[in-house]
Amino acid sequence: MARVPVQFTLNGEERAEFIESGTTLLHALRDTMGDTSPKGGCQQGTCGACSVIVDGELRLSCLTLAQTCEGAAIETTAGLAAGGVLHPLQRAIMDGFAAQCGFCTPGMIMAAKALLDHTPNPTREDVIEAISGNVCRCTGYEPIIAAVLAAARSNSQNAG
Amino acid sequence: MEIRKEYFADERQDDLHEIGQSRPRSDLPGHVTGKTNYFADRTFPGLTHLKMVRSPHHHANIRSIDTSEAEKHPGVIRVLTAKDVPHNVYTILILIQVGPEDETVLADRKVSWKGQAVVAVVATSERAAQEAAAKVRIDYEVLPAVFDMLEALKPDAPEVNEHHPGNYYHYDSGDHRKVRFGDIDAGFAMADHILEQTYHSSPIEQAPAETTGCIVTPDGNDRFTCYTNTQAMFFTLDNTSIILQMPGHKLHMVGGTVGGGFGGKVDVIVEPIAILAAKLTNRPVSFIYSREEEMQISSPRAAETIILRDGVMNDGRLVARKVTGYTDAGAFSRHSPYGAQKGAAHYPGPYTVPNVWIDTYCVYTNRTPSSAMRGFGVTIADFALEVQMDKLARLIGMDPLEFRFINAYRDGDIKAHRQPTEGAALIECMQEASRVANWPVAEKYMAMSSRGREA
Ligand code: FES
Ligand code: FES
Repeated sequence: MARVPVQFTLNGEERAEFIESGTTLLHALRDTMGDTSPKGGCQQGTCGACSVIVDGELRLSCLTLAQTCEGAAIETTAGLAAGGVLHPLQRAIMDGFAAQCGFCTPGMIMAAKALLDHTPNPTREDVIEAISGNVCRCTGYEPIIAAVLAAARSNSQNAG
Repeated sequence: MEIRKEYFADERQDDLHEIGQSRPRSDLPGHVTGKTNYFADRTFPGLTHLKMVRSPHHHANIRSIDTSEAEKHPGVIRVLTAKDVPHNVYTILILIQVGPEDETVLADRKVSWKGQAVVAVVATSERAAQEAAAKVRIDYEVLPAVFDMLEALKPDAPEVNEHHPGNYYHYDSGDHRKVRFGDIDAGFAMADHILEQTYHSSPIEQAPAETTGCIVTPDGNDRFTCYTNTQAMFFTLDNTSIILQMPGHKLHMVGGTVGGGFGGKVDVIVEPIAILAAKLTNRPVSFIYSREEEMQISSPRAAETIILRDGVMNDGRLVARKVTGYTDAGAFSRHSPYGAQKGAAHYPGPYTVPNVWIDTYCVYTNRTPSSAMRGFGVTIADFALEVQMDKLARLIGMDPLEFRFINAYRDGDIKAHRQPTEGAALIECMQEASRVANWPVAEKYMAMSSRGREA
């Protein structure tokens, strides 16, 4: 298998690496770029644990070829508290006990962030729709939905 | 959260500092920043990948295994079969003397369930391991299989596992666990009504978000470090030591945050073979279940069949309870003999019944081996018991909650297992439930106490 170069920004940082041709973005991030915040729960697009944001859109990194992200801007949960200040979503999840084992959490946060980036004041239905591709086996969805809505409220308070 | 202090008020000093307080969880900052380290959040130079060749049959003899094509596949480092495993037949609970050893690490002569591990392939990439695994040729002689517990107990049923003749677990008490209390026949003879019902449950997969797995590194001095998401670190250490015939100090087991377990990660399945592969290849080895393996291969909660026969009086007193419980271990024991025994200890539920008869069986079938899952041995028992309680209440035209008050156990009551009840709180829980659910019961039930019977 041929090795190919890929270049993109990861959480605002320019990255250029050689990867095996055909490597998924999930494996490229975890094995080559040292960002293990996206998790592999199924490797087949059914659990959402690998969710990342590519050029502003939510993507399943296990179903995305790294080579298709050439030049893209990629965001993961590992980059969310850059500068040490937690994002309102991270705060709200901690305050609302909206995580237990934590395995789904980075993907869940990316799905919620993609929502809030586009829809700063979402309805409960918007939140449910936004996280509908993310499986959480431990926490139950109610605390997660409540945390996303709380984060949206604190966001708009900060803005206002 | 609300604390109802009126219950057991005289038994408690009001000096609780933590209960009722909200405290931040220590692991949440790691979870929300993606910094929590799960076992697979590690890479090692030269990491290899293990894939398992599994039985496509529910029950079959193995005539031959040919690994020659797999060994030639590019990227393959080593192919392991049963003869590579120092102590190939084991059982997890041998550590607490629950034998016999009945399960192979890698099958040699026979497979007893669809998915049983036969050959392990180690390669430089997951893809090479997968492709090579597909090139292993195994010649099977397919045997008749049995999937139903009551069928498996018939004399002419196929023998699932040579270590368990008759397809049941041989307890020191015989073919089942039993509890006898009072006079069951006299209880049924005096009953105004008798209700017999059969309850069935299916296996349930724990389905953790993170699949079962481990990564092993050779430390260079004949010691091995195993990063694992096991829920049972010492079971894993001690069983691996037995299987590999290696003293425990050669094995450095490293746990950490588990991405969900629910009982699905207490079996010792991936670690022994991965450590053996690391030993034989002198390379780091990763063995991580695919989602399909997690759902199909890892042990689920056991299927159960429970027959409840109860005698009840028109005034609401339960006077006889006869339980026959069957736990489907699948092809191997794992934790199921213990689960079936727990069932025997749990019946007749949190009720005081003067005449009790309990038989619980652990049965072997050609299904996926079952094991632990959240309250295994009692959760399904409670489902059956509480549905039965509702049916009994309906039968005598009584409110189901009042019916439970009448039969609830109280401190000092002798249980069917000849132990006095201590620290009961069922009455008080039901009183509070009645209030919270706005399901009123007669005043005399609200005046009851778990601490003694009214005059
Ligand atoms: S790992 Fe990508 S959806 Fe499950
Ligand atoms: S917290 Fe465990 S899967 Fe969501």
